[in-house]
Amino acid sequence: MLSVLFCVAQRDLLLAFRRRSDVFSMLSFFIIVVSLFPLGVGPEPAMLQNMAPGILWVAALLASTLALNLLFAYDFADGTLEQMLLTPEPLTVIVIGKVLAHWIISGLPLVLLAPLLAVQYGLPADAVLVLFYSLLIGTPILSLIGAIGAALTLGTRGGGVLVSLLVLPLYIPVLIFGAGAVGAQASGMGAGAHLLLLGGVLAAALALTPWTTAAALRISLE
Amino acid sequence: MSLQTRHLACTRGERALFSGLDLELETGTALRILGSNGTGKTSLLRMLCGLSVPNAGEVLWNDRNISANREEYNRNLTYLGHAPAIKDDLYAWENVMVASTLAGNPIQKNEAYDALDRLGLEQAADLPTRVLSQGQRKRVALARLQFCGHTPLWILDEPFVALDQSSAGQLQATMNRHLDNNGMIIFTTHQEFELNDDRLLYLDLNQGEAC
Repeated sequence: MLSVLFCVAQRDLLLAFRRRSDVFSMLSFFIIVVSLFPLGVGPEPAMLQNMAPGILWVAALLASTLALNLLFAYDFADGTLEQMLLTPEPLTVIVIGKVLAHWIISGLPLVLLAPLLAVQYGLPADAVLVLFYSLLIGTPILSLIGAIGAALTLGTRGGGVLVSLLVLPLYIPVLIFGAGAVGAQASGMGAGAHLLLLGGVLAAALALTPWTTAAALRISLE
Repeated sequence: MSLQTRHLACTRGERALFSGLDLELETGTALRILGSNGTGKTSLLRMLCGLSVPNAGEVLWNDRNISANREEYNRNLTYLGHAPAIKDDLYAWENVMVASTLAGNPIQKNEAYDALDRLGLEQAADLPTRVLSQGQRKRVALARLQFCGHTPLWILDEPFVALDQSSAGQLQATMNRHLDNNGMIIFTTHQEFELNDDRLLYLDLNQGEAC
């Protein structure tokens, strides 16, 4: 069972490496969106510091919905997804492998880039650290929930926009707790509660979404 | 082991493609599905695989509905569909390896190379499948059949399309060997085909009944 999981994850990472441009365009999008705000709203340090967590998180949400199209669409087009549905292993295992690879491709780079980008907002060091942790816990949730949307919109016309409409409302709790954690740290309350709540959402998403995604894939391929 | 269908029906929109279809396939026999374009051959194969749900009726494997014991059924099934399930950005040998692992039979790199050699693809094994011709890609897709001997039931949708004569001959030999080992094959093709006649059954979807 694990060999299939690793095979799928490894294959997806290899494919992403051979099609690097997809990943780079998503990362460039993230960097540009985050960098546009200081230019647009002016260089007032206090205001930028206040807005930084929200901006970084919203940009991360948008960037990760962009990457969702890559999750199942290629496999759907060339028939690999049919083969995945017909393996003797549970489909859930394959979904977990694909989501894991997707997070490494699209979530992890955001987590690593965000502290760097936070510098241009003048965030203090402890707030940057909290931002890093909140993204580290939060981005896997985005991949897990996004997979449901990506599976449901397979084969529909204009699936790219549709998947954003489907999953962005579901991202709201993640956004609130994620951005809120940084704000709470800055205001002196400590980010512990927010991060724990985010961890709880991650645990729930890990337990529930792979099954939902597998069911959605079966519906989409009918 | 046997595959059965009971009163299977398929409708597309308003139109009934077939209905009341009763099939039974025993080990060591092959079933060729005939029919013009649009008579529901691929739809039927997808139903037999469990990829789509029949509009009416059921598909039984060893007298049990396949949707009730999907994982066990998948262990006995190899399906090659219309789409080749080949990744353009992977090398030919990587494609064979991944396909075989997904089918529940992990293989080594050299086994994948050997399989491609046997199909005359030794030159292409180290190339991304993107640069291969249509027929070569088809052969890469078919290479996995060599590692599917453990699954008794093969369902092949148009396996001969784009193959040259010698590759088609090789595929026929592979299929015959599978039947000798008590396998079962369900397939569609528009090509002329030579298989041992006493174990080949026909289903003509143009007439809507087995013969």
